[in-house]
Amino acid sequence: MKLAIENYLNRWLFRLKGPEAGPVVLSQRRVFILPTRQGLLFGALLLLLLTGSINYNLSLGYVLTFLLAAMGIISMLHAFRNMLGLHVRPGKTDPVFAGEHASFAVCVDNHRTLPRYAIAVTRDKQVPVFCDVAQNATATAEVSVAAPRRGWLRPGRITLYTRFPLGLFHAWSYVELDSRCLVYPRPDSSKLPPLKPQSDTGASFEAGQGNDDFSGLRPHQPSDSPRHIAWKAAARDYGLLTKQFIGRADTELWLDWNDLPASLEDESKLSRLCRWVLDAEAAGISYGLRLPGKELSLAYGEQHRHNCLEALALFGLQDVEDAKTA
Amino acid sequence: MQKPLNLLSLRNISWLLLALAMVAAPHVERLPLWVSISTGVLGLWRLYIAQRRLPLFSKWLLFSMLSAGTAGIYLSYGSVFGRDAGVALLVLLIGLKLMEMNSLRDAVLMLFLGYFLVITNFLYSQTILAGLYMLLVVLAITAAWISCNRPSGAYPAKDMLHLAGTLLIQAVPLMVVLFLLFPRVQGPLWGLPQDAYSGITGLSDTMSPGSLSELSLSDAVAFRVKFDDPAPKASTLYWRGPVLWRFNGRTWFARRYEVSKPPELQALDKPLRYTVTLEPHNMNWLFALDMPGTFPPQAGITLDFQILSNAPVRNRMRYEMSSYLKYQTGADEDPAELRRALQFPRVPNPRARELAQSWRRSADNNAAIINQALNLFRNDKFYYTLLPPLLGEHPVDEFLFDTKRGFCEHYASSFAFLMRAAGIPARIVTGYQGGELNAIGDYMIVRQADAHAWVEVWLKERGWVRIDPTAAVSPLRVEAGIAAAVPATDPLPLLVRQDYPWLRQARFVWDAMANNWNQWVLGYTPQRQAQFLTQLGMSEATWQNMAIALLVVAGLVVLVLAGIILWRLRTAPRDPVQKAYRKFCGKLAKDGLARRPAEGPQDYALRLAQTKPQQAEPICSISELYIALRYGTLSDKLAVKRLQLLVSEFEP
Repeated sequence: MKLAIENYLNRWLFRLKGPEAGPVVLSQRRVFILPTRQGLLFGALLLLLLTGSINYNLSLGYVLTFLLAAMGIISMLHAFRNMLGLHVRPGKTDPVFAGEHASFAVCVDNHRTLPRYAIAVTRDKQVPVFCDVAQNATATAEVSVAAPRRGWLRPGRITLYTRFPLGLFHAWSYVELDSRCLVYPRPDSSKLPPLKPQSDTGASFEAGQGNDDFSGLRPHQPSDSPRHIAWKAAARDYGLLTKQFIGRADTELWLDWNDLPASLEDESKLSRLCRWVLDAEAAGISYGLRLPGKELSLAYGEQHRHNCLEALALFGLQDVEDAKTA
Repeated sequence: MQKPLNLLSLRNISWLLLALAMVAAPHVERLPLWVSISTGVLGLWRLYIAQRRLPLFSKWLLFSMLSAGTAGIYLSYGSVFGRDAGVALLVLLIGLKLMEMNSLRDAVLMLFLGYFLVITNFLYSQTILAGLYMLLVVLAITAAWISCNRPSGAYPAKDMLHLAGTLLIQAVPLMVVLFLLFPRVQGPLWGLPQDAYSGITGLSDTMSPGSLSELSLSDAVAFRVKFDDPAPKASTLYWRGPVLWRFNGRTWFARRYEVSKPPELQALDKPLRYTVTLEPHNMNWLFALDMPGTFPPQAGITLDFQILSNAPVRNRMRYEMSSYLKYQTGADEDPAELRRALQFPRVPNPRARELAQSWRRSADNNAAIINQALNLFRNDKFYYTLLPPLLGEHPVDEFLFDTKRGFCEHYASSFAFLMRAAGIPARIVTGYQGGELNAIGDYMIVRQADAHAWVEVWLKERGWVRIDPTAAVSPLRVEAGIAAAVPATDPLPLLVRQDYPWLRQARFVWDAMANNWNQWVLGYTPQRQAQFLTQLGMSEATWQNMAIALLVVAGLVVLVLAGIILWRLRTAPRDPVQKAYRKFCGKLAKDGLARRPAEGPQDYALRLAQTKPQQAEPICSISELYIALRYGTLSDKLAVKRLQLLVSEFEP
């Protein structure tokens, strides 16, 4: 029952019909206003002042009471105006790993003649972010959303509200922005078998392990030279790993779905591949990724890392999402 | 962008303390010194705590301070209830609450208490000046309140005051509507504390040497009078108040008031009609010219022509009166009344009694005795002064034979005593004499400084006759007012003096304003509201009609205000740089290369250049120019022109 009412309210009153493309304009129809608890307290104060004025026949008491009451009503108009006509649009959103919090940028544009003060942006009653928007300016607030699973994440219903100037009224508006955040799989944090470097030229394994060229990583052992610790990886909280080197150049690393034990679940496989991509990137070697039905050739760099992680994030999901957006 | 803070900043606290100090300041003269000082110290301490980020007071410390404070107030006032004690307790409470105030919510609560303190100030003074000052206070409190509602960053004091001022100004029309139309209820709703009306000056029901001269030091307005016809001569303006009968040798006392049927009065003149606006004096007397012919509906009249209102006058009161300046009354007075008018104590004042009895022995009629007494005042170097010497055990004797300096109560008291001693019935009438015409408002002001006392003697055939012994000593007092009569060195209130004509003029303007203020703001009682609304055309001023009118008019006012307030939110003129760039994006959108919602101009340019390598050059220059103009330091009219030109020439 409660849910039904809520759905009805969302659809009819708040006009929420799924994400809206483009900037959302906070029109009169979309801004709602109700008194706050402080507003009710103020009402009680007014009653007290009125009673005092009547009892002691204080004409100036009446003047004060009515002036404050009128000011309260005027402040409602100001609070409403403070929200009215703002444009809300999604800003840039960086990918995150599953288990982290995605941070959605929400841009608030003010194309009107008056500056706006203390506009709060929040989601699900989280601690709001307050911003002021000057005339013809844009403010950007970041809304944090938990990202438990890989794939695309939507921010859902975002609330914008203001209580300015007096805090007696809460003027708010709900928006569902057409914005999404890519969530990479959670990198596997268990102790991993060392990366298994391969070579197309076929000779690398014969060279044995040496100190010349980097070949991969393995868990740190106390006897390893500290010079060979993968500090970059350590800094990323993957535990201490020792860089392994082989005696020849042009080492290439293929991260292959099929190399993983068949006993692992799909998600665990993705998790582990994700970890390997990060490790390989941190170690600074070329790597490629092979997934069932998809292959990313050998490369290195920020963009390649993103492409690999995106492929992992969307593995098996792509079609669903495309169908939804189409 | 900033993280929200529910904590108070130093700035919030400074504003709050300033506003609270402003609202508490007028109370300082009324509060016990220790309350003012401890509250002030607490306020400064709170500021120090905020500055140094020290911890606040613990609950136990606050509780013990509160207990000590309450006990102190009980010791100072004998109670913790009542008007004065209540205000003192409230002020102290605010001081203590400051010491545990930690969040914005607490601060707003303090500001609400501040608004409440404003109204407690009105218990003591509702003058124009007090009103203006409190308006300033309300502005400060509102500004402090706004500062508590802006979690993001500091707000310049100027903007905050400006916004508070805007809110208050926009609230005025609605306030006026509410003030005029909100159905008024006659208070009080419950019993008022006993000290609710203390400190109001005015005549009392006793008179002893010095009591009227003390009153004469006050330039407070007693009442204002508007005559239907031109005002009569000053020397005929005797405003009758309490009539005193019983004398104990020093002090005269009023009788127990008995409202009766109107006493018999023979008019020898046509009636004089006028309207009195009486300041509250917490007594029952309504003042009227000698002799009142009618009395207002909410009052009665006694046998000695005192008009008594049914309830003490605690609010400004308007009433219509008519009086006869020439009259005859009491020719066949009840002998019991006359016996009362002959009572005097046997012990004190033997010399005066002896003098009066010697007159009685030598004179053949009462008129001769009266003349002898008046001649005594006239010829024997009596002085009229506000600063008479103190009198001892035999006040009348000492005044008549030794000091010979006195104010009207000395003359009236000793004259009445002489009359009674000589066997002529006499009574004291106190009230006001004279008044000052205000040409600007066309009305007369009677001040406490005009307080006066005179005597009525009873003569066969003629009844009660007014004799003003002060006029014998100082004819100017009656003809030209007190300022002309007392020596220039006497400490008369500044506003009553006649030395500075411009000051008098300014005073008249000011008093005319004060009169309008009294009539329309302070005197807007339920009766006046009903009268005003019927004048405006309301068929019947019931509360239902008023409520309907209030809703309709207030609704209209809010609509108009909403129109004005929302109209100010127009679309801003668009920046030419942005306009040009939008045009550029629009052209590409038609070509299927619309800018994505989250795409910055740089990324967009990169994508465009990749998809349209042949157009890369204009795309890059437009984008670079736009970025420099919008986000960089470049702000050059020529550059804007160039951007516009490039965009209009651009063909995707």
